[in-house]
Amino acid sequence: MSERERDDHTGTETTGHEWDGIKELDTPLPRWWLWTWYGSILAAVVYWVLMPAWPGLTGYTRGILGQSDRAQVVQDLGGLAKQRHAGESRLRAATLQQIEADPELQSYAMQVGASVFGDNCATCHGAGGAGAKGYPNLRDDVWLWGGSLDAIQHTIQVGVRSGHPQARGETVMPAFGRDQMLDDAKINDLTEYVVALSGRKADGAAVARARQTFTDQCIACHGPAGTGDVSRGIPNLTDAEWLYGSSREAIRDQIWNGRNGVMPTWEARFSPETVKALAVYVHANAGGVAEPVAPAKTVAAEGVLAGAAGR
Amino acid sequence: MTQAIARRDEAPLDAVALYTFTGLAAFAALLATAFTKDPSFRFHGYVMLTAFIVAFLALTAALGSNRLRSDQTRYADGVIRAGVIATMFWAIAGLAAGALIASQLSWPRIFYFPDAPWLNFGRLRPLHTSAVIFAFGGNALIATSFYVVQRTCRARLAGGVWPWFVFWGYQLFIVLAATGYMAGITQSREYAEPEWYVDIWLTIVWVAYLLVFLGTIWKRKEPHIYVANWFYLAFIVTIAILHLINNAAVPVGLLEAKSYSAFSGVQDALVQWWYGHNAVGFFLTAGFLGMMYYFVPKRVDRPVYSYRLSIVHFWSLIFIYIWAGPHHLHYTALPQWAQTLGMTFSIMLWMPSWGGMINGLMTLSGAWDKLRTDPVVRMMVVAIAFYGMATFEGPLMSIRAVNALSHYTDWTIGHVHSGALGWVGFISFGAIYCMVPWLWKKDRLYSNQLVEWHFWIATTGILLYIAAMWVSGIMEGLMWREYTPQGYLANAFVETVAAKHIENVIRTVGGLMYLSGAVIMAYNLWRTVRLPGVVSTTSSPAAPPMPALAAAE
Repeated sequence: MSERERDDHTGTETTGHEWDGIKELDTPLPRWWLWTWYGSILAAVVYWVLMPAWPGLTGYTRGILGQSDRAQVVQDLGGLAKQRHAGESRLRAATLQQIEADPELQSYAMQVGASVFGDNCATCHGAGGAGAKGYPNLRDDVWLWGGSLDAIQHTIQVGVRSGHPQARGETVMPAFGRDQMLDDAKINDLTEYVVALSGRKADGAAVARARQTFTDQCIACHGPAGTGDVSRGIPNLTDAEWLYGSSREAIRDQIWNGRNGVMPTWEARFSPETVKALAVYVHANAGGVAEPVAPAKTVAAEGVLAGAAGR
Repeated sequence: MTQAIARRDEAPLDAVALYTFTGLAAFAALLATAFTKDPSFRFHGYVMLTAFIVAFLALTAALGSNRLRSDQTRYADGVIRAGVIATMFWAIAGLAAGALIASQLSWPRIFYFPDAPWLNFGRLRPLHTSAVIFAFGGNALIATSFYVVQRTCRARLAGGVWPWFVFWGYQLFIVLAATGYMAGITQSREYAEPEWYVDIWLTIVWVAYLLVFLGTIWKRKEPHIYVANWFYLAFIVTIAILHLINNAAVPVGLLEAKSYSAFSGVQDALVQWWYGHNAVGFFLTAGFLGMMYYFVPKRVDRPVYSYRLSIVHFWSLIFIYIWAGPHHLHYTALPQWAQTLGMTFSIMLWMPSWGGMINGLMTLSGAWDKLRTDPVVRMMVVAIAFYGMATFEGPLMSIRAVNALSHYTDWTIGHVHSGALGWVGFISFGAIYCMVPWLWKKDRLYSNQLVEWHFWIATTGILLYIAAMWVSGIMEGLMWREYTPQGYLANAFVETVAAKHIENVIRTVGGLMYLSGAVIMAYNLWRTVRLPGVVSTTSSPAAPPMPALAAAE
């Protein structure tokens, strides 16, 4: 080994091995590398002494700092509760109407509501509450379950078809096509009828044929004029707002499949104060309209319907 | 040798064994396909059946024409050439999938296909990760390990035709995995998505791979085992263990695709991230260090910097890496003491990782001018630089306080891609640029100019990618933790998504640039293969005490 080859460039000996022309220098470990490694090991050991680290048979070493993630979380949540306390007490003491009437308190509720809405409601109702197919728009005047402050609060609390004992949505729309309650032709006619209800041009003959079907199957919930019933979450078929789309295809699809939307109950997740703030936020975003749809619109729709049927 | 001559007329035993195995596998696939009631399982049954029948017919023809004899005086290079082609194919497929899902994140309205569920982000994302890690990276590792182990052992691959089984069996695994993801067949374990029967198939292939590799080392004609082979062997053995334990599952039925994990709750999460982290450690680090240890000294024609460093950093790397997985589960239900261990072992891992970087970079001492003159060397050196950066960033991100900000953000994505695009991609590209002229017996690449283009386009792409992800990751981390003065979260999740739009677009551009580089490379390699042939310079080992092994097949 004393006559090992020496590399010309570095002056370092090689190990004397060679593989496919590759040799290895016998360079010692770089000192900075070795000491940095020792340093990182020392840092690890210090951390083990300070913090929870090594498991044993009956527990683990707690570390001399006594730090605990769980205790830390409890402490952080306590701090948050303290931060929210003043505002929450004011929300608790006031009714929804009082909150809305007090600009300062309303502004507070709006900020809380915006935050909570963004992280919980926007997933379905969209950023800002603009809605999507199957998810109601919360920025317009049309309300499936009522647009008053109290109605909104109640809907948030109990949800829709959520399993909550007081949940709304005891009525469900049948799947007329899928469950073979009506045949293809009848559903096509009914689609035309619903199109006519909303004041659009429709096939008069089909509308006439569907009149009896509509009476038999639909008016129990949607009413003779198709105007729905806010107290039971029955959509108004005569306006321009459509939960599942306004096209013939979408309407036919809904009659065929009878989808029934679900909204969770938020009672367990939000404090009553948070629900209040959210109700105020949603109400204000929609322009504060508390009344259901104006009946005047129904009359107009009826007129169109009569005209279409008469052709 | 004499035995081989004496038995010239008999079919070689290894080929007969593979022939029998393929026939039995085809029969088993036929039965499974015929009797299953699960459409997903039947679909994969058809894929396997087709593969086995094709293999069986090919073997029948090859046995008939007596072409499966292994000439022990020559290296088995055919399977490596196939591996190089597969590597480039899967590289482009996997990078293209990445560019597509990056586009989906950048322009969700345009690249959202509600009528084509197999094109949803949720299915394409594992397709992308598996295609680049296992298809591209795995093929690069198998091909280069077969190349390196033969040259550094001066022995032909063991197992006769079985290296070909490893190659084609691995491609079948990739196809089963990829089609499964798109069809929605997944066990939802990150980087271990394939279902139980695909896992079993991979186990068979992997054991064959291990035996071929070990058998070649066993019959080596060099007194010592070269460092590259330590790393390749650590990669093969550890991946086998990780794969077996993490995929322990109970199938719903023997003819059903679905299975349930043997573990539950936080134990399940810990096993998964023990696996996930060591897939990075042993697949993407140890394996590619093996690649580096051969191709860098070979290409620059300099001795490896330090034998001692290679020993110390090898053993410390494999000992410490295996403990670091819990850092993926900071601030979760995992007990805090386990998080502490995951974090501290990650910090202790920093220098062992850097040992490879030092050995790689310092091997250039005396040949630094090649950085200027040889773009392939430059590519491998930049790969080592990215390796050094990623293995510094990793321990940094494992510190709990840092992780509290970085976890679940794009920072993690950026970190992974500086390792994947920079280290894994570039060292593989460098190795393939080296190997193609050697394997196809050319004296040069078709165009060094095109390598320059590849290098600069891809490097710029990586920098755009990781810089964008650093910015968006830290931004969204800060946005997530921001509270209003009232004590409520300041930003809705969707707002943090919208805020990343520009960074997402830059990431897409970076990814497309990297993909373009790979396409340029594929063209360059194709033209190289079509160059007029010359005698290879690497097929004649220096001063052979044994009969010379020539690259052939």
